[in-house]
Amino acid sequence: MPDSPLLEVSALGKRFGGFVALEAIDLAVHTGERLGLIGPNGSGKSTLVNCMCGTLRHEMGSVRFAGHTLNGLSAHERTRLGLARSFQLPRPFNTLTLAENVRVPLLYAGRHDTARAIDTHCIELLDMVGLADKSKRLPRDLTQIEMRKLELARAMAATPRLLIADEAMAGLSPGEVDDILALLIRLNEQGVTVILIEHIMRAVMHFSQRLVVLVAGHKIADGDPAVVVRDPDVVRAYLGE
Amino acid sequence: MNGTKFVLLLLIVAAATYGAAWAIGNAYVFFAGYIVLQYIALATAWNILGGYTGYVNFGTAAFFALGAYSTVVLHKLTNLPLPLMMPIGGIVSGLVGLGTGYLTLRLRGAFFSIATLALAVVVQTLITNWDFVGGSRGAYIVRPMKAPLLGIDYIQYLFLVMLGLVVIVLATARAIERSRLGYGFATIRDDEVAAEASGVPTLRLKLLATTLSGAFMGMAGAPLPYYVTYLDPASGFSLAYAVNGVAMPLVGGTSSWLGPVIGAILLGTLQQVATVTISSALNLLIVGLMLVAFVIVAPNGILGLFGAGAKRARA
Repeated sequence: MPDSPLLEVSALGKRFGGFVALEAIDLAVHTGERLGLIGPNGSGKSTLVNCMCGTLRHEMGSVRFAGHTLNGLSAHERTRLGLARSFQLPRPFNTLTLAENVRVPLLYAGRHDTARAIDTHCIELLDMVGLADKSKRLPRDLTQIEMRKLELARAMAATPRLLIADEAMAGLSPGEVDDILALLIRLNEQGVTVILIEHIMRAVMHFSQRLVVLVAGHKIADGDPAVVVRDPDVVRAYLGE
Repeated sequence: MNGTKFVLLLLIVAAATYGAAWAIGNAYVFFAGYIVLQYIALATAWNILGGYTGYVNFGTAAFFALGAYSTVVLHKLTNLPLPLMMPIGGIVSGLVGLGTGYLTLRLRGAFFSIATLALAVVVQTLITNWDFVGGSRGAYIVRPMKAPLLGIDYIQYLFLVMLGLVVIVLATARAIERSRLGYGFATIRDDEVAAEASGVPTLRLKLLATTLSGAFMGMAGAPLPYYVTYLDPASGFSLAYAVNGVAMPLVGGTSSWLGPVIGAILLGTLQQVATVTISSALNLLIVGLMLVAFVIVAPNGILGLFGAGAKRARA
């Protein structure tokens, strides 16, 4: 493991008008790590992801990724550097087929391949998530879990070094959750660093090597998952006094 | 079919069209045909922004008229041949397209459309108050009887020039559809946030679309002064251009280059026939009724009625 972290968030702050969404967040993620990020609804998890990925601009602090300072870079430039994400609510390109959906990041953020190599790569990516036989279908023909899988396949098409899976499992059945978990762990084994944002604790505990807890825009815990979930502050945040 | 073959096919169709018009041997065919061709170019140009990236432009007349007024200026100042004036008109309208894109980047949906409508009003006001190009009185252009070099009747020449532009515009539109750029445009139409997350530089692509679309509209408008011989702001900025520019792609179908062509031929011809047989005032009524009918019956246009076919044409 290299000494400098792959992703380094320091003193990051974000306000929406008078509302403080994130306050002085520090976070370091090392190459190859599987990090869980939890917190009650409205605690700022998605805002943090949006600030890291450039969907939102943050007023304070900085984000460094793989030796680059990301401040001021637009979202597509960050994707090209290897920082990919999936969206909490799937946002497929509705007028494009599944193959075309994963083709877009290959064309814009992937390595520059020949047309034939890109065709093959599209099918490989869909095959990885079990959607290869639906490559010519449109996203509207998909079920919820297939939509999540497409979301992950598209994020992976950008050949990321860091993948942020934003509630990729919300609303899925236990069997489907296991599917997605297995997929994420497999990607991690292939060398992709993964940040998992999730409410389903069983999945989070199974997946995470380290767990970070956000509450009301503050980071209140960061460490070994088994220790973090017994932390009195964390328990209070989730269950009340 | 690859790009080269497609361009060859376009040239063959264009030659056949010219041959057929010539064989009919009636000057009016060229006169009416010019308008239909102009609308094919205009509708396809509109579709590059409106259909591919999903940004609905109501300011077609502004870009079109800027091309036409560029020609008025060039006619007064220079001796340039028309095929050289057209790219200049295209550059003028393209730059205005770039500016419009830059100023309206934060606007989406109806807000972008309203901004383009405002642009049309602003440009028309400026032209109306610019004395050099005739102001509100309008400008007279004396067109030669015969075309330079070719020696054919000037209306035939305009028809031929517009046919050439149609070939260029269609070849460009189809090439975009099948390229990396085409996928980028489609993702802007579908979901800009997801597009950015997929590495698509949405800002740059939007500017490219507004510029290209504006430039082709300007090129389509550039020969107009020679066609009408008298150009005033009311006719140059006619509502017909804005309405047809939107209606033709929507009626034909916006998903493929073929849609605007079908829409323009259908509506353009219908309007020309109605002008001669019934009355010229009926034009926009026909377009309006067709638009209402299509929005209800076939929201994806004529191509949408043959859904599978349209999808296959893309793939």
